[in-house]
Amino acid sequence: MSNLSLEEVNELYLDVLKEIGNIGAGNATTAIANMLNLRINMHVPKVELLPVEKIGSSIGAEDEIIVGIMLGVEHDIEGSMMFLMDMQSARHLVNRLMMKPADYEGEFDEMDLSAIKEIGNIIAGSYLSALSGLTNLVIMPTVPYVAVDMAAAILSVPAIQFGMLGDNALMIKTEFGDDFAINGYFILMPEEGSYDKILKALGIPL
Amino acid sequence: MGETIKVGMADLKICKEPDSLTTIGLGSCVGIALYDPLTKISGLAHIMLPDSTQIKNNSVIAKFADTGIKKLYDDMIKAGANRTRIVAKIAGGARMFALKNAATSSINIGDRNVEASKAMLKQLRIPLLAEDTGLNYGRTVILDSNTGDYIIRSVGKDTKTI
Repeated sequence: MSNLSLEEVNELYLDVLKEIGNIGAGNATTAIANMLNLRINMHVPKVELLPVEKIGSSIGAEDEIIVGIMLGVEHDIEGSMMFLMDMQSARHLVNRLMMKPADYEGEFDEMDLSAIKEIGNIIAGSYLSALSGLTNLVIMPTVPYVAVDMAAAILSVPAIQFGMLGDNALMIKTEFGDDFAINGYFILMPEEGSYDKILKALGIPL
Repeated sequence: MGETIKVGMADLKICKEPDSLTTIGLGSCVGIALYDPLTKISGLAHIMLPDSTQIKNNSVIAKFADTGIKKLYDDMIKAGANRTRIVAKIAGGARMFALKNAATSSINIGDRNVEASKAMLKQLRIPLLAEDTGLNYGRTVILDSNTGDYIIRSVGKDTKTI
């Protein structure tokens, strides 16, 4: 069995991941729209393959404070995934969810953080069920964890995970919103061997 | 005050008085600061992983604690630092997310990066003067070549100097 590195991932595979990202983000958007009772438009996700060293600055400034939600992924494929939002987007979603004034800008309290976890659950769950539906693999998320910190510090986690496998990391950018655009980023971090399983399940020859 | 030179992820650099070295947002990575107090030659490495021998794809020297610290040490000696005077301070190695049982090998990577850095310093007989490691938050570090101070900034916390 071959062990593909991300460098060997071909255009076709990028397209497949983009499609999964598209369906997943679509599901997630619908779920959030229902929860918040809004009409939401979304853009086609952007899939990017970037050098591990560049990942810390891929969302904005390295010292910009962002929100990261991380979940483990287990069963047929193993690894973890992350959903990241800039502060403005997170604040906006939380204000909506917690029925605070739209321009409220205070620090996140415990309730806010659990609302963020819930958003993470919904978004990650939607993404994973898209991946699961396409591949027929059983993919289960674990409980989400939240960190609010400097972008580079949060992104060091996927950078290290990808750094073990090769020199590139894969990132999917989504944008959705009504009058306010939410910028979100997905990072799927499979353990070694799981890429092969995804490709095989999709019928892509190795 | 001299210039502040930026060290990226999986990167290392040296400088002389009056310049400073900085790396932004260390998470689970470790920032190793080496300093010769007499010549004031300073070095900073931002390593991501503990051990280059455990990874197939290991061409980037500064990515690993073992090869990165060795290279930084060699570069400093080449620049005129004395091996008997070089001292070290380290920061970083946080666990950014408190994932307990997920099947991912990167969970304890912060701890492992710190351990591997200490082991390499010991092997090179470099005394470790101070550390600010572990816990669950990011750190921006600055190494001031004038004083050897290692300044650590985190979100919502006071600036620390070690």
